[in-house]
Amino acid sequence: MATTAKTKEIVVNTEPFVVNFGPLHPSTHGVFRMKITLDGEVIVDMEPVFGYLHRGIEKLGEERTYTQVIPLTDRLDYLASMSNNLAYCLAVEKLAGIAVPERAEYLRVIMAELQRIASHLIAVGSFLTDCGAFLTPVVYMIRERERILDLFDMVCGQRLTYNYMRVGGVSQDIPQEFMPALAKFLKEMPGWIDEYERLLKENEILLARSKGVGILPRDLAINIAASGPVLRGSGVKWDIRKADPYSIYDRFEFDIPVGTAGDCYDRYRVRVEEMRQSLRILRQAIKDLPRGEVRSEVPHLIRPPAGEAYGHIEAPKGDLGFYLVSDGSIAPYRFHVRAPTLINLTALADMIRGWKIADTIIIFGSIDICMGEVDR
Amino acid sequence: MTLALSGKDIAKQIEKKFPGGVVESAAESLLVEAESLLEIAAYLKNTPGLDFDYLTAVSGVDYLDCFEVVYQLTSLEHNHSLVLKTRCYQRDNPTLPSVVGLWRAADFQEREICDLFGISFTGHPNLKRIFLWEGFEGHPLRKDFL
Repeated sequence: MATTAKTKEIVVNTEPFVVNFGPLHPSTHGVFRMKITLDGEVIVDMEPVFGYLHRGIEKLGEERTYTQVIPLTDRLDYLASMSNNLAYCLAVEKLAGIAVPERAEYLRVIMAELQRIASHLIAVGSFLTDCGAFLTPVVYMIRERERILDLFDMVCGQRLTYNYMRVGGVSQDIPQEFMPALAKFLKEMPGWIDEYERLLKENEILLARSKGVGILPRDLAINIAASGPVLRGSGVKWDIRKADPYSIYDRFEFDIPVGTAGDCYDRYRVRVEEMRQSLRILRQAIKDLPRGEVRSEVPHLIRPPAGEAYGHIEAPKGDLGFYLVSDGSIAPYRFHVRAPTLINLTALADMIRGWKIADTIIIFGSIDICMGEVDR
Repeated sequence: MTLALSGKDIAKQIEKKFPGGVVESAAESLLVEAESLLEIAAYLKNTPGLDFDYLTAVSGVDYLDCFEVVYQLTSLEHNHSLVLKTRCYQRDNPTLPSVVGLWRAADFQEREICDLFGISFTGHPNLKRIFLWEGFEGHPLRKDFL
């Protein structure tokens, strides 16, 4: 019996599939949730969901005196508390017209640059963990970060929320043992960075997983106001320390590392190079560190004249700004934080579209966020 | 050093193009009418010589008689900055135009202001609460909230 062979056209319809990623997942670096829409394995859309760590810090700030706000800033980006202290103090000093003694300026730069290295170590370490280099690199980097935390412990007795800087200077001078320990750190750190580079820079797995992945084009990076290594990874030479120098950054020589492709690998490279540049700044700063006061005469209750000020710095994660409005009283009328990591996340959906979930983790990790700052 | 452009100089330029658009100009800032905000923002972004391509920050302030929204603009090309402000005098249903079409940087920041101040931005593609949950009553950063 002959059968008529009929070819039947097979139509396969796929339906979009929504995956809830987070909020509690090791690679969300905190409590961040992504509602990812998938077509098969490929991501077609993503909606970020924030607010799991929202503590209302801006509202709390309006109820406190200018000095009492400083501990709140520690709890924004808790991996870079010194930088937050600095940005806030600069904004208040701008608002109230307070001068800072020379020695305090140097100490601030030393702390901010140590903080940048500490923050980048965690950023790079956890990025590599996200890439699949499970735990080994991050343990190496935590080992070095520990040395920086010891230094901070010496100057302020804290290891995470330092509360070290004050309006008009810093809370106290450095102890005697600080400088030798810092000199030892500066001597050893370049070797450690070389060690990471030998292990990772040309590691095939790292290259395969991060090169060409999660590209943030230059124009988009500017349009979403990305900042920090995310902006520089996309090839924009913009660093607040050079573009709008604050404190005494105009006295130091350093380069701004930039990427070319804007992919995850470039962002990683920028961070590693920035650590070297920070070491350069530190070496110059300890050489020139003058003697003298570390805090200018500032009343306990600061009453800035009515008005407003916006102060910003190049924090490890980007352009951290504080917008303060004063009504002449002892508490800020409005205290707004320009959180770099929140704004850097604006383009996350664009960066992960077309990639798979496994890549999402790397792309997200390469932005380096801290939920304390995103949600405030 | 980023050069802070004087609001007064910019106001002179804008007055010619958009008569009545500028409410007040000071050395540090430029206050514009909410109705002409979008046109003026587009002018500031696209005019050669000004080129404000980078919207650094958007902040909301509640002055009780009005809400003020403050835009910190920067030009990466010329390394200069300008503080642009606009006001909204309604308390029940304050509305302002959204600048997301010009700078996507405003996306989350306008949502934040909407969430915490209750200002709705017309033209925003996805205007909903960002930090607080849907169904939360009130807007915490308003001065009459607490």
